[in-house]
Amino acid sequence: MANDSQKTPKKLIEVKHLKQYFNAGRPNEVKAIDDISFDIYEGETFGLVGESGSGKSTTGRSIIRLYNPTSGEIKFYGEDISKIKHKDMLKFRREMQMIFQDPYASLNPRMKVKDIIAEGLDIHHLVKNDQERDARVNELLDLVGLSRDHATRYPHEFSGGQRQRIGIARALAVEPKFIIADEPISALDVSIQAQVVNLLRDIQREQNLTYLFIAHDLSMVKYISDRIAVMHNGRLMELSTASEVYDHPLHPYTKSLLSAVPLPDPMYERNRHRKPYDDSIEHDGKERSLKEIVPGHFVLATDEEVSLYQASAEEYNEQ
Amino acid sequence: MEKILDVKDLQINFDTFAGQVKAIRNVSFHLNKGETLAIVGESGSGKSVTVRSIMGLLANNAHVDNGSIDFKGKDLLKASPRELESIRGNDISMIFQDPMTSLDPTMPIGKQVAEPLLIHGSMSKKKAMARAEEVLELVGITNAKNRMKDYPHQFSGGQRQRIVIAISIVNYPEVLIADEPTTALDVTIQAQIIDLMKELQNKIETSIIFITHDLGVVAGIADRVAVMYAGKIIEYGSVDEIFYNPQHPYTWGLLNSMPTLDTSSDRLYAIPGTPPNLLNPPAGDAFAPRNPYAMEIDYEQMPPFYKVTDTHYAATWLLDPNAPKVEPPAAIKKRQEEYHQLVAEGKIQSSVKGGAKDGE
Amino acid sequence: MADNSTDIKFKENSFKRIEQHNVDEQEKISAPSLTFFQDAVRRLKKNKAAVISLWLLALIVVFSIISIWWTPSDPNAQHVAYANLPPKIANGQIPGFTGKANVGGRIVDKYAQAKVPAGTYYVLGTDYLGRDLFSRLMKGIALSLLIGFLATLFDLVIGVPYGVVSGWKGGRVDTLMQRFIEIISSIPNLVIVILMLLLFTPGLGSIVVAMGITGWITMARLVRAETLTLKTQEYVLAARTLGESPFKIAMKHLIPNLSSTIIIQTMFSIPTAIFFEAFLSFIGIGIPAPNASLGTLLSDGQKTFRFLPYQMWYPAAAISIIMIAFNLLADGLRDAFDPKTQE
Repeated sequence: MANDSQKTPKKLIEVKHLKQYFNAGRPNEVKAIDDISFDIYEGETFGLVGESGSGKSTTGRSIIRLYNPTSGEIKFYGEDISKIKHKDMLKFRREMQMIFQDPYASLNPRMKVKDIIAEGLDIHHLVKNDQERDARVNELLDLVGLSRDHATRYPHEFSGGQRQRIGIARALAVEPKFIIADEPISALDVSIQAQVVNLLRDIQREQNLTYLFIAHDLSMVKYISDRIAVMHNGRLMELSTASEVYDHPLHPYTKSLLSAVPLPDPMYERNRHRKPYDDSIEHDGKERSLKEIVPGHFVLATDEEVSLYQASAEEYNEQ
Repeated sequence: MEKILDVKDLQINFDTFAGQVKAIRNVSFHLNKGETLAIVGESGSGKSVTVRSIMGLLANNAHVDNGSIDFKGKDLLKASPRELESIRGNDISMIFQDPMTSLDPTMPIGKQVAEPLLIHGSMSKKKAMARAEEVLELVGITNAKNRMKDYPHQFSGGQRQRIVIAISIVNYPEVLIADEPTTALDVTIQAQIIDLMKELQNKIETSIIFITHDLGVVAGIADRVAVMYAGKIIEYGSVDEIFYNPQHPYTWGLLNSMPTLDTSSDRLYAIPGTPPNLLNPPAGDAFAPRNPYAMEIDYEQMPPFYKVTDTHYAATWLLDPNAPKVEPPAAIKKRQEEYHQLVAEGKIQSSVKGGAKDGE
Repeated sequence: MADNSTDIKFKENSFKRIEQHNVDEQEKISAPSLTFFQDAVRRLKKNKAAVISLWLLALIVVFSIISIWWTPSDPNAQHVAYANLPPKIANGQIPGFTGKANVGGRIVDKYAQAKVPAGTYYVLGTDYLGRDLFSRLMKGIALSLLIGFLATLFDLVIGVPYGVVSGWKGGRVDTLMQRFIEIISSIPNLVIVILMLLLFTPGLGSIVVAMGITGWITMARLVRAETLTLKTQEYVLAARTLGESPFKIAMKHLIPNLSSTIIIQTMFSIPTAIFFEAFLSFIGIGIPAPNASLGTLLSDGQKTFRFLPYQMWYPAAAISIIMIAFNLLADGLRDAFDPKTQE
């Protein structure tokens, strides 16, 4: 998971000043993403955490070009994805894949499992004949831990966890380099979540994949991610390594979010103090952008606030 | 402690095209006055069906084949529809999962909150509205007086769930059943709602049955916990006993597969496989095929409840005196050690010696 | 909750640990694999009314197909001598098909009166021009089914693609396409048919053109609404991220998932079209004489209904049965395809 810190990791995704407005210019305009910038390095898992309506899913969908950005740019291997020519689009679609949230809505109920998994193989002509196709489907079923006789079944015959694994197999079929996992476990039962998370990690190691892991479950995100960005109201509040964000949160919103996470520990819960967050501090009209407070730890701040955050970062060190 | 609700040997089957689904297989539990009982389980474990049977809200193809639900000396399963109606929303009320669909979008919220009072005819309209305002204030709707005439869409998700709670407590029910009331909400809102429910419990002295699949939420709200698997309760006890001294391998698996904020091991513990099909429930312990500690007998006979303490029972053959001693997973052992330490330090009351009377 | 471990007998190896687990075994799905359609057919079979309707319609279709090549006698041939003969089968033993009629209080053998040779009989009698009503009824039903078939064709060829494109494109294209539909549908059908009469001679042609203009609109609207929800489904998004072309997405993902809506709506639009044609023929601007249609048969029968009720009873029964059967079948299909509506 963790990158060798000696090597300078290569930037796989660069998001620069991305804005995604819906119904732009009309009275019902929604600023789903309001000027965010971040990079994702090759081989890492980048966690994107936020509550519903924070714009985290929209970010994932913008990166995979399900939406056209209102402004700003997204680079994939240094190339602006909004400028990809039609003939190169297919190649882009192969390299970036998505795993969806709802295992019940993400599989076409009228298709057999093998046709669902092979959809990408057919589109990109990755297999020459039916035998090769079946062989590849079986290989993928093995990879995600499903039985080969599942190939001729229909999605409704499977449980949520099994369906999610079919969705993973579909994404892996085209051998992508980068996978966006959009809340892949939030609809699953606790005992099944761990299965899927383990599977995602195993595959990442085997195939040297890069993940953007979008979730609202903070404990799972911390577990799977190398770096984490916290999103709120379409903006990034804080960005750092997973342990920095969890152990030394600087932004009050992150602190509030962390204080609300329920843990399976009655003693902790009894002594828990919620830290309420008042988002009016975001609306004081001052310009804010992500500032590096300590190396590798970014917080959304004005120039004046930087020193305040630096002081509170110091406090953590003294403890 | 006074039992307010006593469910015994409940058996519920569902008729489907494929055959009969044995959704609830001999479930017994009770609710003490003033406590919060959490029923934990995965989807399909039967936790929602159980509480819906208390409310008489089962689907058409469901039938209760055995058992009794005793509420203040009356068996709810034998109650007439009219009797049930007077109990529902009056003595026992329910909070549903989705705040969006449990509110009527065409009715101002003040009226919706007052409605249960008017249905049960216990109050004049004016008084009912006054009570509605009071309750809205209680659940934390600021400026309730002026917002009574607002419609649901004018409120945020968290506020809507507060309104849903207001509706369910406006009659000061003796039993409040909450079916995953926080699942659809964000963590910060979830924390607020849980705090609110705890606060309300003190104020209106209600007893709560809280259904959830989230062990974190359970740890925060429950006094006692019942763990369900495949239509049966497999372990129950006080919240400390379940979280710090669990006995059933399924409870171990559940606690173990949740990463805590300090989990850093390479792999998460995952319970292998999937829950059994309740069309043909297995003869023995339904968890056996997924249980790394399974023994021959787990496949043959259903384990009875073994007593751990006066309040803590678990249905696993591992507790039989004849069973070999097994080592629970490391994380569970850590919890158990923590438990003994907490008990020794007096931070947790061990109920081995006395404590609340429970079980028969 | 009591400890009830007293009456359990243990075997010697009861407490032996099982080391090997076969989780795969557990993940196996034992139920036979049913496709969505097999499942729907199974549910449909449980609906008696729908099954009976289906068989009735199948029978009617077979009769109509036969009528293309063979009818008992020429449906348009006139035998004025044999006019208004009541129904008769074989020797006239079966009640209701005796060939006798009540004239002024006396039972009269009409066949003998008209000097019909022995062995010649008309199963459903003859009309005022001596045409065989059974043959005419067969032709009329066949025509109705042809209309139904054409209605289906318009639904599928215009309605479905129109709805899919409108829903999928969304935005301005959708707005434009919907306004267009609103404009067409705001003109009453009857007005369109009457306008058609100015251009064409009355007959099948003008009815078909009228249907072609407006008949598919309900289908297009339903398909569009469904497409709007389908296109946000994650499996459609997944297909887009895989690089599937919009046409392939429509064929692989949208149409199969629209199929139940399409089939059900077709089943409802067939009887509507049949009734539309019958109505036009009844008021005299549909199928021109001498051709038979259920509408003209009803119209002719209605004129002599008080004296010769059989001339109206049979076509009326035929159209009622067809309408009811299609509607019951459509209801059955809706329940079969969408089990949620049943409970």
